[in-house]
Amino acid sequence: MLLELRHVSKRYGAMMVVPDLSLSVAEGDFVGVIGPNGAGKTTVFGLISGGLRCDAGAVVLGGLDVTALGADERCRAGIGRTFQIPHPFQGMTAYENALVAATFGAGLRGRQAQALARDAIERCGLEAAADILAARLTLLQRKRLELARAIATRPRLLLLDEVAGGLTDGEMNQLLQLVVSIHRSGVTVLWIEHLVHALVSAAGRLVVLADGRLLSDGDPGSVMQDRAVRETYLGSDIDEELTHAEH
Amino acid sequence: MLIALETLIGGLMLGALYALFGLGLSLSLGVMRMINIAHGDLIVLGAYLCSVVMQMFGIGPFLSLMLVVPLMFVIGMLLQSLLLNRVVGQGTLSPLLLTFGLSIVLQNFLQETFSADTRSLQAGDIALRGFDLGGVSIGLLPLLSTVVSVIIFAGTSWLINGSHLGRQARAVADDPATARLVGVDDRNFYALITGFILAVIAMAAVLYGIRTPFAPTSGPERLLYSFEAVVLGGLGNIWGTFIGGVVIGVAQLFGAKISSGLGPFFGHLVFLVALLARPEGLFRRIQR
Repeated sequence: MLLELRHVSKRYGAMMVVPDLSLSVAEGDFVGVIGPNGAGKTTVFGLISGGLRCDAGAVVLGGLDVTALGADERCRAGIGRTFQIPHPFQGMTAYENALVAATFGAGLRGRQAQALARDAIERCGLEAAADILAARLTLLQRKRLELARAIATRPRLLLLDEVAGGLTDGEMNQLLQLVVSIHRSGVTVLWIEHLVHALVSAAGRLVVLADGRLLSDGDPGSVMQDRAVRETYLGSDIDEELTHAEH
Repeated sequence: MLIALETLIGGLMLGALYALFGLGLSLSLGVMRMINIAHGDLIVLGAYLCSVVMQMFGIGPFLSLMLVVPLMFVIGMLLQSLLLNRVVGQGTLSPLLLTFGLSIVLQNFLQETFSADTRSLQAGDIALRGFDLGGVSIGLLPLLSTVVSVIIFAGTSWLINGSHLGRQARAVADDPATARLVGVDDRNFYALITGFILAVIAMAAVLYGIRTPFAPTSGPERLLYSFEAVVLGGLGNIWGTFIGGVVIGVAQLFGAKISSGLGPFFGHLVFLVALLARPEGLFRRIQR
């Protein structure tokens, strides 16, 4: 297993967000993560990437217990993540953003770091914007930069938090192709997305969270037929999402 | 006219030292968002360390730097990793309180250890030597201080703009949490920065200690000059700090020409006027 969450829990003050979650992800998996708002999806990503510390339980990456490690050490151990709201280093160009990731996340120096950063920028279709300050990029470019910076850390496991939010259908499809190609290059992907149809078309496995618990887990087709999932999403547009996916 | 020119050049050279004091504050503010109230006391600590090393080995102040600079570097790293890292990123008040406390502790420690008497560092006749340049006499020591200052500023500026350490500094200054997520170890980096800051102030403290006597309570005055240099130049602007220091130095020497006690007063006055005219500093952020 590349990633294992063992009885992980997290509370914010009196509010229990993740009561007791266990989850395994195999090397090479492409896992979609869905769930209603407040289900604890982003919190789980925080617990995996180290931005948040678990109150109890363990996070294991490739057999190594990383629970006690900080976010920077976990990144160097192979966990990359993006944010729903892009967090670029504003005062740097897009290329420099990727270069920081290649230098410190992938641990490269000089030409090797430059080559990796350039490659990440190109793969994410940002060649033309490479020398523009991150603060001046468009939303789509920032989303792409989040991805470029994350893959420039050379992750084994990539956590994507709503990279598609706020994009048009066309932009969304481009981004989907990009993520699929990153996955094909050997990176294990865990992807939170509200646009369920995107996940159903790309992911090999779908995980549904509700109230910090695992509601359903399996291949997308059967998960979407799951009664509990349908009930959780009752009133939401899951049917519409599914019809959309069939097109 | 010649006297004015001589005062100007002397002020420039004194200001180059104030700029070096300010560089440390500028870095801790720019990279760690932390104001170090004990900055001045650490400068004085550097001067006392030099004095101790000189006595111990019977050497001059310049040779003592071989030991004092690495020693201050280590003190800086330990100070940051053991103490200051606990308050970095905790808002502005916690670092202020902690370093204010540290300042009091340092002053009392120095007083307890070295008594309240003033000291100066004896450099022999190099401190008095100088040469004549078209009628203007230029001291060797001030010239040396200026060269050291310019070299350190140029080196720091190059590091920040062109090296991976500089990108690390800019990433951490921009968003420490995100920097960690792309693999940047911010805590150890802060320790490295504070080590560097203390190594720089060790050099400045020794060069300054040769020309100006110091006592355990001289810290706040040094802190004030450092602050004026940083704020005058504009926060986050390395060369701005250099110019800021130089302006204060020149103002002080012209003030002292009018009346010997008025030096620092003139420095503060020019600072105040400049701040009223340009609250954002003389130079806007050119480089981060």
